[in-house]
Amino acid sequence: MRRETLPGANDAAGPEPTENGALPASGVDPAPGAKPTDAAAAVGAGLDALDTPPTGARTGRNLFRAIASPIIAMAIAIAVWQFLWSQAFWPEFQLPAPIAVWDQILKVVDSGEVWEFLWVSVHRAVIGFLVSVAVATPLGLLLAKVRVVRAAIGPLISGLQSLPSVAWVPAAVLWFGTTDAAIYTVVLLGAVPSIANGLVAGIDQIPPILPRVGKVLGAGRLDSARYILLPAALPGYLAGLKQGWAFSWRSLMAAELIATSPELGVGLGQYLHNGMSLSDMSMVLAGIILIFLVGVGIELAVFRPLERAVLRARGLNGAM
Amino acid sequence: MTATLQAIGTAVRLDGVRKTFGHGARAVTALDGIDLAVAPGEFVCLLGASGCGKTTVLNLIAGLDTPTSGEIELTTGRPAVMFQEAALMPWLTAARNVELPLRLAGVRKPARAERTRELLDLVRLGDVGNKRPHELSGGMRQRVALARALASALDGNRGKAASLLLMDEPFSALDAITRDVLQSELLRVWQATGTAVVFVTHDVREAVRLGQRVVLLSSKPGRVVQEWDVEGLTGPDELAAVDRINTRLREVISSHAA
Repeated sequence: MRRETLPGANDAAGPEPTENGALPASGVDPAPGAKPTDAAAAVGAGLDALDTPPTGARTGRNLFRAIASPIIAMAIAIAVWQFLWSQAFWPEFQLPAPIAVWDQILKVVDSGEVWEFLWVSVHRAVIGFLVSVAVATPLGLLLAKVRVVRAAIGPLISGLQSLPSVAWVPAAVLWFGTTDAAIYTVVLLGAVPSIANGLVAGIDQIPPILPRVGKVLGAGRLDSARYILLPAALPGYLAGLKQGWAFSWRSLMAAELIATSPELGVGLGQYLHNGMSLSDMSMVLAGIILIFLVGVGIELAVFRPLERAVLRARGLNGAM
Repeated sequence: MTATLQAIGTAVRLDGVRKTFGHGARAVTALDGIDLAVAPGEFVCLLGASGCGKTTVLNLIAGLDTPTSGEIELTTGRPAVMFQEAALMPWLTAARNVELPLRLAGVRKPARAERTRELLDLVRLGDVGNKRPHELSGGMRQRVALARALASALDGNRGKAASLLLMDEPFSALDAITRDVLQSELLRVWQATGTAVVFVTHDVREAVRLGQRVVLLSSKPGRVVQEWDVEGLTGPDELAAVDRINTRLREVISSHAA
């Protein structure tokens, strides 16, 4: 190895390190060569101003599009329905008038029964969903981080996700009878796999540089999970939660529809079942609409804003 | 120079460091006996073509990887690392990113906030502390990464030891003007903080401009070929040095053609 000192190089060692590696009290640069630095600072400030990505404001047109277009689409669907009904292609018990379904909904709202249906179903779905989250989160972490666990039960969890949870209803009824336990079993088997898979996908998609950065910044395993892995996996986890909610709601309706008994109380599923027993199509459609409204309502009220806030904070607001 | 180093101590010393990846017949030797000593507060540029194991050297010093044989002796606290990409946490604001190593080191909140403000001011980003990475330009992001690395280097070890900053081609993804500005910013910050810097680059001009010492590595396997003292070179001297080092680098690269 050769070493040479080139002409013009001064031999002085580097700048004296300040005590404890601290910055000088004033914070910024009392060092020599201030003039070129000032010029550089001006260029730098100019670049900052030029290069900063613009932050677009939401326009009124976007807002109009977001609210008005689904309303218009729904109005068209109802108009087509009304038209088909007026042409009397099908008998009344197969296709009732929109107004008959509306009256049916008004009837349960007026009698106050609707609150019972909603309470029975929604509180079950929420409890089932929360228990699923509590089970699926540690499960997802294990699947993502422990190789043996993933090899052993990863395929099983993914497979369960594509198994319609209604398939569990007969088994659950035979195990637990027509009880709440049977219903929660079906809900959990529906929701847990999708939440766990969402978390696994979220963790798998973390750019490998981030955990490395965490390590060089001094994060141990626990700190790394808390400050880096979990926040980095949040978008995937949220997507899993959203899907998990949809699966809980779906599984719950399947369970309520099939497992009906007086002890279970009347939820939306039983209401729907009653409509079928009475061959009352307007009641059936009213039930479907109520189930739809709850599912969509919770997604719009809870998951959409959460997801939007999380994605927007990361600059990932493409579709929203 | 050895005498001087002993007199003022070393921030980091590599002694016969070898690194082999893989096993048996398919093993690849990335580094073959690297000796390198960096003095506290010194600015050393590691120069080499691709495949010379520059990044491996940094990973070994940073403790992200362990050498196959040889020794690495650190007298500083945990070295801070800056990568080619800013690698900021996208869910944290600029200030929160700078604050993260302080939080991990258990610094109290008021002290954290004050230190974060100082460091952001130092990289001239005092007024964008509450912006998120995606709202900043590439150069600004890299300056936030610099402030974060400084927070980790200067406070991560609670100021007990001298500090060491490892930089892995941090400006190579930036456009020429931004790179030029950031180079002078880095020199200013280095002078203001007195941290030792090991700066990896494949750009001779950059190495000569920034470093006090330029160390040329050969490729496959990486060895130290030659080093030059380049501190304080300006004008024609600087150009001559760039020329000279470039020629040597070309020789090293050409030797691989056969």
